Amino acid sequence: MAKVTLKSVKKNYGPVKAIHGVDMEIADGEFIVIVGPSGCGKSTLLRMIAGLEAITEGEIVIGDRVVNDIEPADRDIAMVFQNYALYPHMSVHQNMSYGLRIRGMDKANIEKRVQRAAEILQLQPYLQRKPRELSGGQRQRVAMGRAIVREPSVFLFDEPLSNLDAKLRVQMRLEIKRLHQQLGVTSIYVTHDQVEAMTLADRLVVMNQGRADQIGSPFDVYGNPATTYVGGFIGSPAMNFLSCRVETGTGGPKAVLADGTALMLPAEWTPPAGNYTIGIRPETMRIARPGETAQLHLNVDVAEELGADTLLHGKLGDEDLVARVPSHAGYHDHSRPGLMIDIARAHLFDPESGLRIAL
Amino acid sequence: MEKRVVFQNRYLPYLLIAPQIAITIVFFFWPASQAVVQSVLREDAFGTRSYFVGMENFLALFEDEYYLNSFKITALFSTLVTTIGLSLSLLLAVTADRLVRGTTAYKTLLIWPYAVAPAVAGALWGFVFLPGPGIFAWLLLQAGVDWNFHLNGNQAMFVVVVAATWKQISYNFLFFLAGLQSIPKSLIEAAAIDGAGPIRRFWSVVFPLLSPTLFFLVVVNVVYAFFETFGVIHSLTRGGPAKSTEILVYKVWYDGFEAQDLGGSAAQSVILMAIVIGLTVIQFRYIERKVHY
Repeated sequence: MAKVTLKSVKKNYGPVKAIHGVDMEIADGEFIVIVGPSGCGKSTLLRMIAGLEAITEGEIVIGDRVVNDIEPADRDIAMVFQNYALYPHMSVHQNMSYGLRIRGMDKANIEKRVQRAAEILQLQPYLQRKPRELSGGQRQRVAMGRAIVREPSVFLFDEPLSNLDAKLRVQMRLEIKRLHQQLGVTSIYVTHDQVEAMTLADRLVVMNQGRADQIGSPFDVYGNPATTYVGGFIGSPAMNFLSCRVETGTGGPKAVLADGTALMLPAEWTPPAGNYTIGIRPETMRIARPGETAQLHLNVDVAEELGADTLLHGKLGDEDLVARVPSHAGYHDHSRPGLMIDIARAHLFDPESGLRIAL
Repeated sequence: MEKRVVFQNRYLPYLLIAPQIAITIVFFFWPASQAVVQSVLREDAFGTRSYFVGMENFLALFEDEYYLNSFKITALFSTLVTTIGLSLSLLLAVTADRLVRGTTAYKTLLIWPYAVAPAVAGALWGFVFLPGPGIFAWLLLQAGVDWNFHLNGNQAMFVVVVAATWKQISYNFLFFLAGLQSIPKSLIEAAAIDGAGPIRRFWSVVFPLLSPTLFFLVVVNVVYAFFETFGVIHSLTRGGPAKSTEILVYKVWYDGFEAQDLGGSAAQSVILMAIVIGLTVIQFRYIERKVHY
């Protein structure tokens, strides 16, 4: 077990900058999820920690060693690949023991470790099978078994569940979580799936075009997104972004939306007057109760029924707005409900840089 | 998974394969059947009449020490061509696979020898090794080797093996390269993380995954060495000196067209045919069972 430190790590492919400088401290035993859309550099970052990609600039420290110039084999890491990367000509047992045999471990010890990993992952019946005789979920488990037997200080996962069907993915997600609780090994997990990211992570790294936009606990990232990008990426449906003008005056600050709707902001917010982007999560809106004066009226184009909830998609001026309301509220396409906003859970962002304004 | 096409018209499929069948019948089945017929006949000295002699041509072959010797020569020749050819092309393919830049140029250059006709390849290497003006011959002479492949049987074998191997390397190279490139990169990376060095990675991961390709190439190369090297041998050594490079297929031609023993020659063709059928059966059986991981 070890902590992992990244110090302004950069990666260039010729003139193309893939990673612009990432700083991160990963504590011993922590489960870190790096999340972002394809092409954001998350896999590159993981492969740099693994030693499969050279580091252009900066430093990566595993335990107390700078590993920049250390071979992948000697970094004391194990990696689970997206396509599992099982050796097709070897049995499950041989796949799991390959790394141990190379390191010259004695047979009794190898056997003990393989059996233990097989037991944890319920692979005992399949030890003599070849990978092609296994289902996707079993192959995934073998890939994890191969990592476990090595007893490394860090596990690296590169989108390990993206080749599985939805149901299996949920199940394996749980197994990975349990495994981490059981073994307590520092884990770095790359995914583009925000549900995986939210459920697995102790802390979350949201990557955006080669930068880490925000590093924080899932709750923190969801509740206080550092940028409009993070707000838009984490949460489903995404956070609504409306352009607004903040006016300070008698009666406290208020945000005037493009269509003229004025929203009173909490009195303790003291942003300077000016143009902002206001971010409102769909689930922080509700239908106005009878007798309440609705804060805004939404022209609903489409009401998407999800069962428990309904998503009301509509326009406010020319800007899209989605509200998540309970299904029994009974709104449908082309209705015009009055909505209340839990304004204390909204955020103001700088319209240029997209950074959240601290209030 | 096999894909099956379903035809509405039941005669259409036969019509579609008719040209191929016609060619096969005219150029393969008919000559082959003629060889079988010829192999049990013997012609008189003037070529006017043939007699049925049963298995006599075959029996005579197995008492002919030149024929048995030709078997040994063929075995040696095909083993050398196959092993040297495959090792070199595997080495070249591994090198090409590691290249990042200039791969296309490298591949194109390596494919050229395949476009050279066997007789031309023979002539080319004949010049290179020609005692006197040949460049390699000169180098060998400088190195103190008494070089003349027209007189020395072992040297003659060396030259035909070089020429025949050189011609086949392109083909092997292409298949090996395709095989190497179809191995997922993540497998190699997984092995690297597992602690295997480059050499260990090659032998324990890459090579086993190449084995279907390798087996296919072994069969193809053996068939090549047996049957398609006639031109190389004819232009370099004409089977000599003293029949030291007379492989089976060369002897078929020599006995039939030079020595005018059509019956004996046909009997040899029939034996060769049996060999090639055997090799093909092995190959298909193996490929069906083993290729898919």
